[in-house]
Amino acid sequence: MKLKFAEERLFKILMMGATLTVLAFVGSIIYSILSKGWSAMSWDMILKVPGGGFYVGKEGGFLNAIVGSIYVVGASALLGLLISIPVVFYLNIYLRRESRLAYVARIAYDVLFGIPSIVYGAFGFTIMIYFGLKTSLLGGIIVITLLIIPIFIRSMDEVARQFPREILDATYSLGATRLETIRVVLRQIAPGIATATLLSVGRAIGDAAGVMFTAGYTDSIPTSLSQPAATLPLAVFFQLSSPIKEVQDRAYAAALVLTLIVLVLSILGRYVTNRFAKHKLK
Amino acid sequence: MKHLFTAMSLPAEERKPAAVGKLVTMFRPDHKFERGEGESELVVENLNVHIKQQHILKEISLTIPDKKITCIIGPSGCGKSTLLKTFNRLIDSVEGVRVSGRVLLNGEDIVGSGGAEIINLRRKMGLISQKPCPLPMSIFDNVAYGCRVHGIRNRRKLRMIVRHYLEAAGLWEEVKERLNTPAARLSIGQQQRLCLARSLAVEPHFILADEATSALDPISSKTIEELFIALKQHYSIVMVTHTLRQALRVADHVVFMYLGQVIEAGPADQVFNNPTNKLTQKYLSGIFS
Repeated sequence: MKLKFAEERLFKILMMGATLTVLAFVGSIIYSILSKGWSAMSWDMILKVPGGGFYVGKEGGFLNAIVGSIYVVGASALLGLLISIPVVFYLNIYLRRESRLAYVARIAYDVLFGIPSIVYGAFGFTIMIYFGLKTSLLGGIIVITLLIIPIFIRSMDEVARQFPREILDATYSLGATRLETIRVVLRQIAPGIATATLLSVGRAIGDAAGVMFTAGYTDSIPTSLSQPAATLPLAVFFQLSSPIKEVQDRAYAAALVLTLIVLVLSILGRYVTNRFAKHKLK
Repeated sequence: MKHLFTAMSLPAEERKPAAVGKLVTMFRPDHKFERGEGESELVVENLNVHIKQQHILKEISLTIPDKKITCIIGPSGCGKSTLLKTFNRLIDSVEGVRVSGRVLLNGEDIVGSGGAEIINLRRKMGLISQKPCPLPMSIFDNVAYGCRVHGIRNRRKLRMIVRHYLEAAGLWEEVKERLNTPAARLSIGQQQRLCLARSLAVEPHFILADEATSALDPISSKTIEELFIALKQHYSIVMVTHTLRQALRVADHVVFMYLGQVIEAGPADQVFNNPTNKLTQKYLSGIFS
C-alpha cells in the first residue's frame, strides 16, 4: 500500500517537472529575445526601412520585413483558406465515410504536412526557374500557401469529422441540397476554422526556408507582386550573420517583433475561438 | 396554439385574436408555399429495404391516413425508423442501401424520384428526430433556414413566418426577447419545439416524428403530444414510438411492426382493443418489448 502512494507521488513530481521544464524553455526564450531585442528596439526599427543596405548599413529599421511578412502571410492565409474549405467540405459532406478517394487524399495531406518547408522552397524555386520568374512576392505567397494548406486541411478535417450526422439529416429534411448545408457546416466548425487559421498563420509567419528562394530579400517595400519581398524570419537570419553590431541589433529587434506577433496571435486565437464557438452544438 | 389555426380557417372578420388574424393575412397572399391543406395520402406497396446483406424491411404494405396521427409501434430494431426514413428519402445517405417497391405520395412514386423531386418531397415531410437537433445558429435563423433555402429572402416576410411558426409550436412567448441568441442555449424541451417550428416553417404535409419525445422530460413530452394532437387538423402525423402508453394517448391509427414486417395495422381502437394477431396481443400485454 505504501509503495502505491510513493509511486503516485513520484509520478506526480515527474509530471510537474516536465510541465515546468517546458515553461522554463518558453520563459528563457522570451527572456533572451527581450533582453537583447528590447535595448535595440526603437520607433525607427519598426517605422523605417534599412539605410545603406540591410547587411552593412547602420541606419534605419526593418519595416520592409514587417510589411513583406504581412503581405506574404495575409495573402497566403486567405488563399489557403479558400482552397482548404472546399477540400474539407468535399471530403466530409460529399464523400462517404468509407470512400477510397477520401482515404488516399487524407494520407496525401498527411504526407504534405510532414514535408519540411525547405523542400517546398526548393520546389517553388524549380518551378519559378522553369517559368523564367525571378524571386518575387508572388512566388513567396504561392509557396507559403502550399506550405500551410495541409495545416489548414488537417486541423479543419479533424473538426469536420466530428460533425454530427443528425445536423446534416435535419438540414436535408428541410429540403436543403448538399451544397446548401455549407452554411450550417461552416457555423458548426467555425471554431476549428479559427484554430486552423491561427496555426497556419503562426507557421507561415515564422517560416524562413520557404521564402528564402522564392520571395528573396530586399531593402525596399514591394509595390507589386513581381518584386522581391523581405520577411521577418529572413530579417533575423541575414542580419544576425552580419559582423556589424548595429545590424545584429536589428536582427534581435526583428526577432522580438516576430515573437510578439506570434504571442499576440495565439492569445487572440483563444479569444476568437471561444467567440466562434457561440453557435456550436455540443 | 389552437386558436391560431382556427383563426386561419375562419372568415376574415371572425378571426380572433385580432393580432393573429392580421399576421396571417399579412403574409399569406404572397407566401409562395401551399399549406398542408388538401388530400395528402401516403400509400406503401411491397416495400423492401436491404442494407448491405441485411433485409431490414420486408414486403411492407400500408396506408397512412390523411390528417390523423399514425403511431408505428414495435420493439427496438424492428425497422420503424428505417420505414420513416424511406418516407423522406433520408435513407439515401445510408451506405449500401437498396430500396424496392413503391411509396406513393398522392399517387406519385417517391422511391424512384431524384434531384429536384427529392428536395420537394423532403419539404413535404417535416422530420422531428429523437434527439432535438437545432442547427448551429440563432433561434431566428433556425426557423428561417428552410425558408431561405427555398428562396424567401425578404427580412420582413421572414420575421412574420418565424413568429407565426414559433407561435404554432408554442415557443414564441418564451423566446421572443432573445431570437438572436444561439439555439443551443435553449432547454432540450424548447429545442424540440424549435425543431417542430423549423419543420412547420417549410409547410409540410406530413410530420414524421421519430421517437420525438423519448429524450425529453415528462412535461416537455406532454407539451409535444398536445401540439401533435392540435396539429393533426392540418397535418398527417406519423409517430414512431416505443412507449405504448403514448400511442394509447394519441394514436388514431396504429401500425405494429416486428422484425421488419407489418404484423398488424388499423384504427387504434381495433388494434388496441381487439388485436387479431397473436404477436400483437403478446406485445400489447407486455410480454416482450
